[in-house]
Amino acid sequence: MSASLAAPPRRRLRLSWSDARLRGLVWQVLILGAVALLIWYLARTTAHNLATRHIATGFAFLDHAAPIPIGETLIDYTPSVSSYGRALLIGVLNTLKISIVGCLLATVLGTLIGIGRLAPNWLLARLCGAYVEGLRDIPLLLQLLFWYGLMQTLPAPRRALHPLAGVFLSNRGLRVPALAWRPGDGWVLAAFGIALLGAFLWARHAARRRDATGRGLPLWPAALLVLGLPAMVAIALGAVPGLDRPALHGFNFQGGLLISPEYAALLIGLVVYAASYIAEIVRSGILSVSTGQWEAAQALGLRRGAVLRLVVLPQALRVVVPPMTSQYLNLVKNSSLAVAIGYQDIVSIANTTLNQTGQAIEGIALIMAVYLTISLSISLFMNWYNVRIALVER
Amino acid sequence: MSASHSSSVERAPTLALGAPLSRAAFWLRSRLFATPVSAVVSLALLYLLLRWGWDFFGWAVLHAIWQVPHDAAGLPQTGVCRAAEGVGACWAVVAEKYRFILFGFYPYAQQWRPAICVLLFIGLYAASAQQRFWRRELALIWAVALVLIGALMWGGFAGLPLVADDQWGGLPITLILATFGLAGAFPLAVLAALGRRSRGMPAVRMLCVCYIELIRGVPLISLLFMASVMFPLFLPAGVDIDKLLRAQIAFVLFAGAYLAEVVRAGLQALPKGQSEAADALGLGYWQKTMLIVLPQALRQVIPMLVNTFIGFFKDTSLVLIIGIFDLTTTGRTAIDEPAWQGFGNEIYLLLAAIYFTFCFAMSRTSARLEHLFSRGQRR
Repeated sequence: MSASLAAPPRRRLRLSWSDARLRGLVWQVLILGAVALLIWYLARTTAHNLATRHIATGFAFLDHAAPIPIGETLIDYTPSVSSYGRALLIGVLNTLKISIVGCLLATVLGTLIGIGRLAPNWLLARLCGAYVEGLRDIPLLLQLLFWYGLMQTLPAPRRALHPLAGVFLSNRGLRVPALAWRPGDGWVLAAFGIALLGAFLWARHAARRRDATGRGLPLWPAALLVLGLPAMVAIALGAVPGLDRPALHGFNFQGGLLISPEYAALLIGLVVYAASYIAEIVRSGILSVSTGQWEAAQALGLRRGAVLRLVVLPQALRVVVPPMTSQYLNLVKNSSLAVAIGYQDIVSIANTTLNQTGQAIEGIALIMAVYLTISLSISLFMNWYNVRIALVER
Repeated sequence: MSASHSSSVERAPTLALGAPLSRAAFWLRSRLFATPVSAVVSLALLYLLLRWGWDFFGWAVLHAIWQVPHDAAGLPQTGVCRAAEGVGACWAVVAEKYRFILFGFYPYAQQWRPAICVLLFIGLYAASAQQRFWRRELALIWAVALVLIGALMWGGFAGLPLVADDQWGGLPITLILATFGLAGAFPLAVLAALGRRSRGMPAVRMLCVCYIELIRGVPLISLLFMASVMFPLFLPAGVDIDKLLRAQIAFVLFAGAYLAEVVRAGLQALPKGQSEAADALGLGYWQKTMLIVLPQALRQVIPMLVNTFIGFFKDTSLVLIIGIFDLTTTGRTAIDEPAWQGFGNEIYLLLAAIYFTFCFAMSRTSARLEHLFSRGQRR
């Protein structure tokens, strides 16, 4: 019998319903058969429906010209000239742009609020508590609609708010001065990169030496390197970086860096919402560090801030990382709500694409594939980080 | 007083100051003005709180417009509100539109029916949150109430006119999506969790893992899009499932995957001895699961289940994107009318208050149950 050949030490499969292995085998065959039958049936009906509606399947549409106007692009794009593939790539980049910035800001805000909720100051703790309780119980979509509505009530560009020199806030978004890009700047940027690498190596060397001898090295050479090297290159090339200031031309601003109202509303909404969850994670992480650790650190004469930074937070991090991973995943998935307020992320562009081309299955498969890839990457990265910071026991 | 004394003052003010501090003064000193930094933070927060609180009070109450006149044709004249924009809230939009926001396009004269349904839902939730109602009869009550809700909403008997479900809207839709979604997702979740933990059937385990991880890896919107544009392609010609049911199916699939992980956590937390003891008694798999394993495993995760349900309740608002008239969609539609454009904040505040009430009640329940269940572990 084949089962006994595959695993010789195992008991022989009896042809009786009272044999658990045979039962398991039969059930598995039945369940898998039912699922396969369902999939086959759905696939056949779908193929038939597509044929009667004259919809071609496949991803050939990715090469066709896409007449989708896109407001925010990180790479070159011309409507009706560039392909659907490029439009979708811009969608992916826009999703990444909001997700990465959102995760970073939400972590900072969430950590501050989580710590604030445990502050000895009663008013601060209560306000942070109200923030967490209040924002967690209101749907994110509603919050996004509110923030977007708020952006639209800002004055028109002609009467833009002007809080700082060169900064303009209007219903067309936030314009800030940007570094003007000139030919020599590539070298400055390269020098900056080299300086960062050097500083990193210096910091690692200093940490090793501290671990080995108990005496660290000063960190000011690293700071000097990061600031000095690019400045020296810039001066040597005679190219002191200039600013590209926004200015009003006609009905809108030109120049500078634009943060669109859609992006701003989505970013504020996502960060504020995710921070309320992250705050709770941070709080429970801090509470999980035993009181003895606080007391011991205080007995060493550390101040509250130093106790938090040097003793409690590093230990809390171990408890915090796994739930934090799922919050990052949630934030990335929640960024798909962009479609409700007109920020063109992958969902929004894929949705337009499938409406224009009728390629519903391919469009949705693309959306799912993109999110699965991002989710998997975040999971892998956070697992790696989790292993790295885990307590090393015997 | 010298600086060196100040620390002892904070610890025991009654001793250092001679005259005993009143309780309130002691509380203020220790909780708001313990250190100079704390005092500055307290004062700054107090200032902001009072200032913004007063501004909000002025906007929401003092300068608010509660009613607007109607012209001869019965159309609202929103000029008063426009004049007060930015200064005072226009609650007239709520007074004018609340029936639409709560019940959508349901025939106006028949709106007592969805109103009763909403009350039934709230009654069911309230009863289910009480431990003394946790008996077998509760399931029966749920079944009867859900059938009653369906009958009331559709009508078509005893002189009640038939109302097709594309005319339903507002709060009942939100509650229906959430409740029926959970009711459908829960059995699915239990099966998926059991399947994922089954050791004897690797193929079934793989199937469950694929389902759970695939659904948890993609946003709900993609599932809703799938429901609205892909499901029709799956069905043979002539068969048509309506939009609400398609969204409901997407919700069941979505919630099932998340609940499955919660149930799995409960299964993992159960000591192995329980199922071994059941085996020793000669119970079969289903007897063991239904009588020994699940009752204990689920009890363990009830607070987590409630938290998942809160998230799920909020997520029903996403059907806005595929054009189903739930509470968020009706609210948004109400301000599409030219006369009321620009009064979004008032409507959003109302919607936020409604969602908040439901979610806050649930999160309190969850905290209460957690407290209740941890009684055994506390000393």
